[in-house]
Amino acid sequence: MERATISPMTDPVSLDAQTRRTRILARHPNLVAFGVLTAVLIALPLVLRNNYQISILNFIGLNTILTVGLALLMGYAGQVSLGHAVFYGLGGYGVGILAQRTGLPPLAAIVGAAIITGLIALLIGIPLLRLRGYYLAVATLGLNVIFLLIATNETELTGGPNGLAIPGDLTIGGFTFDSDLKFYFLIWLVTLALIAVSLNIVNSRIGRALRAIDSSEIAAETLGINTARLKLQTLVLSAMYASIAGSLYAYWIGIVSPSDFSINFSIELVVMVAIGGLASVWGAIFGAAVVTLLIELLRNFLPQVLSGASGEHQIVAFGILLIFIMILMPEGLTAGSLKRLRAWRKKT
Amino acid sequence: MTPDQLLQLLIAGLTIGSIYALIALGFVVIHNVSGVINLAQGEFAMLGALIAITLTGETALFNRAWTVNFNLPLFVAVMLATLAVMGVGALVYLLVIRLSHTNSVIVQIIITIGIAITLRGFALIVWGTDPYRLPEFTPGPPIPIGAAVLTRQDLWIIGSAFALMALLYLFFQRTMLGTSLRACAVNRMAARLMGINVSHMMLLAFVLSAGIGALAGIVIAPKTFMGYDTGTYLGLKGFVAAIVLGGMSDERGAIIGGLSLGILEIFAAGLLSSGYKDAIAFLVLFVVLLIQTTGILRRRRGIREAAGV
Repeated sequence: MERATISPMTDPVSLDAQTRRTRILARHPNLVAFGVLTAVLIALPLVLRNNYQISILNFIGLNTILTVGLALLMGYAGQVSLGHAVFYGLGGYGVGILAQRTGLPPLAAIVGAAIITGLIALLIGIPLLRLRGYYLAVATLGLNVIFLLIATNETELTGGPNGLAIPGDLTIGGFTFDSDLKFYFLIWLVTLALIAVSLNIVNSRIGRALRAIDSSEIAAETLGINTARLKLQTLVLSAMYASIAGSLYAYWIGIVSPSDFSINFSIELVVMVAIGGLASVWGAIFGAAVVTLLIELLRNFLPQVLSGASGEHQIVAFGILLIFIMILMPEGLTAGSLKRLRAWRKKT
Repeated sequence: MTPDQLLQLLIAGLTIGSIYALIALGFVVIHNVSGVINLAQGEFAMLGALIAITLTGETALFNRAWTVNFNLPLFVAVMLATLAVMGVGALVYLLVIRLSHTNSVIVQIIITIGIAITLRGFALIVWGTDPYRLPEFTPGPPIPIGAAVLTRQDLWIIGSAFALMALLYLFFQRTMLGTSLRACAVNRMAARLMGINVSHMMLLAFVLSAGIGALAGIVIAPKTFMGYDTGTYLGLKGFVAAIVLGGMSDERGAIIGGLSLGILEIFAAGLLSSGYKDAIAFLVLFVVLLIQTTGILRRRRGIREAAGV
């Protein structure tokens, strides 16, 4: 990682360094990208002092965890989910309820919530993943509706429409996370770790098997891939990703309410994955960052155009963006632009 | 529960069920002709209702920046609103569906969701988050049936739904255009070889479905508040109704599915808990999909669905 950043200008044997550099980039593109991302993440808080900016970065981190998990499910395993906010919500409500009822320490509550979410995903997934395409899409949407109804109606357990306050701060080994900046480092540390896990999965035998399912489930079956089991494992993994993100969100904000896990949010997650390119871990990160920033921009910009505008007006922009990207570049903004650039270069 | 209460619930169920049936019908018409499942179907209903409401009275639009006062007679407003939404349906086909050449179901799903949230977003900008209501078509005391009552609007809803279904039946069975549409539904390639312009037929299917959806939204508007986000739930329930019995490709299945879903929902809400009323449709969907993914009435002709459409 370190060597990758050596500048050929300072190196005495500059040609050699340059070839070495390109070789590292070609051989380990993920490692290089990972290193660059880590460096940027360490540098960012030095530049940004403002709590608002830090909190946006935190949201990008949480959304990255969610999208990286969802990209595994949608892009690699080819299963659409319009209810991913459910697993995020299970993580959020999970830590709240566990901490409140059992008094588990925060770290144990987060792990516990992730395990429970994984088990729920397993139970839901066994029947649900037999469905395909539109059926799966609407069934997962239905799941989100049912989750919201439970969160709103079971006041005893979930606090109802007012939400559930998370008791206590997030304390790990005597260190209390009590500021946006501390959460920034925690959230992104977890995000980087989960990205690493995803990259390893994608570039392994399992990753190739998943892509085989995406291109043709029947062909994958004939090659001896247990598609049902693999899809289920992917669902459980991406649900646990979402749960961890939800738990971190809950501890950071201090309260969770049904509106945090709306259908709109599930759709926003799909937009993030679609913009990044369905089958791409790095694309998912790009999508999460672009959409999160876009939401913030629109939230600040629209009320100026439409005085006193309330509600989630940014959804218009999302809708149009989604249609454009899916028509022009169904492989996502990153892969799609690269492809166009290459085609253009060949022409000139 | 007395028989009278039962009758009352049945009436309420039939009323909301006819709306679900109409929206389900819209899903089926588009799906049969074009193979697309248009997840923006509920948004057509929402737009129809909101436009009709705007045309009949004084409405403040664009966050109260602009107040319009059309005060058109109800009948004219209904016609104009339906035509306007049919235009939206045509635009959806011409600007989006026609231009996307994808075989990926995920991409198709994302595109129709994109359409749905774009329409919802436009409605949000024009009408804001306020709920709106249309005046009753013919105000007056409800009609007693035994000890139960049928409001005049219920009668309008059930009556116009069935009238529309009958008209559509005649259109599909007795006119050349309707027959061409059916030909596309059976086999698009063969229809093209017979000289039918399939692209025009798809446009017609979108226009027709948009019109059906708009009318459904308009007739229910005096009974429930309509807002920019009402379409989502209407659309989802129409989807469930279209799928459970007819597997998204059978008009009769969609109508019976819609009516039964409405009745089931009202009974479940009346007998169990009204808080979970909206969950009923999805519980039905889960159960039915897990038994048979191609609709109960359509066991044999499920090849297209089995292929993942």
